[in-house]
Amino acid sequence: MKKQLAMKTVAMALMAAAMPWGAVAAPQVFDFKDPKGVNHASFKLDGLLETISGNANGVSGTLTIDVAKPEATAGTILIEAKSLNVENSAMREHMLGKDWLDVASHPAISFTVAGLEGFKMEGDTATAQVKGKFRLKGVEKDIRVPAKVTLLRDKLGARSGGKLQGDLVVLRTEFTIKRSDFGVNPKAPTDKVSDEVLISLAIAGASPK
Amino acid sequence: MRGLLRVLAVLLMGGSALWWVQAGRNPGWTKDQVAVEKLDEITGIGYVEYEKRVVPGVDLLGVAWAAALVLGGASCWFGRKRSGASV
Repeated sequence: MKKQLAMKTVAMALMAAAMPWGAVAAPQVFDFKDPKGVNHASFKLDGLLETISGNANGVSGTLTIDVAKPEATAGTILIEAKSLNVENSAMREHMLGKDWLDVASHPAISFTVAGLEGFKMEGDTATAQVKGKFRLKGVEKDIRVPAKVTLLRDKLGARSGGKLQGDLVVLRTEFTIKRSDFGVNPKAPTDKVSDEVLISLAIAGASPK
Repeated sequence: MRGLLRVLAVLLMGGSALWWVQAGRNPGWTKDQVAVEKLDEITGIGYVEYEKRVVPGVDLLGVAWAAALVLGGASCWFGRKRSGASV
């Protein structure tokens, strides 16, 4: 009985290893809370007189990915607004303050994924247009952004030092928003602080088995 | 006194310029923490960690040069002969 069970387990593991990502049947939930603090969003405002850039590492949230039905991908990625950082402390205080991001009243920046479009697979990497709702400073807007998603099968063990086993997924996207659309100090001169904000996201989610 | 102020002015101007150049000629505001790029080898994600370090910007250079000009100006005042002082 034990031998049969062991053989069945080995056979299932071999089948899973031989299957491309597209052949994995069940939806997987990936958690983007990263204990290593690697997950981050970066931003860049390239104004005429000044370029401002920074990062945020307070990333959390989950995505449910069903590769058999990728258009049904859903979930929310959250960024803790107060984790935004720049290389000048005074500038950071201004940025988090009431006129700009008002993090005391709006502690989270979120992207709620409503689905994928134009899903294309190449090996273990997929590209797609992600549609969803982006929420910043209490203002929510529908957006559609390009994304690259890579499955790292069975890499969770290596990343967690063997504590957990499972898959990782790496999601990368880059898109531009206008800060004035979200009420982020719309009166501020755009030659000093660009209205366009380039946002890049590079995050890894874990799906323990 | 006049000579001392002028030497201080030149030292302040030269020293601040040298510090600014050696710290990487930062054309922006002074940084009090610096983003250090790192790489997570498993996921291939590049990320930054902030390190507490001062990198002078043009604002600090401007303040130092303004102070040097004030010292230079003061040196002229100290060297001036007071009118009516000599009889």
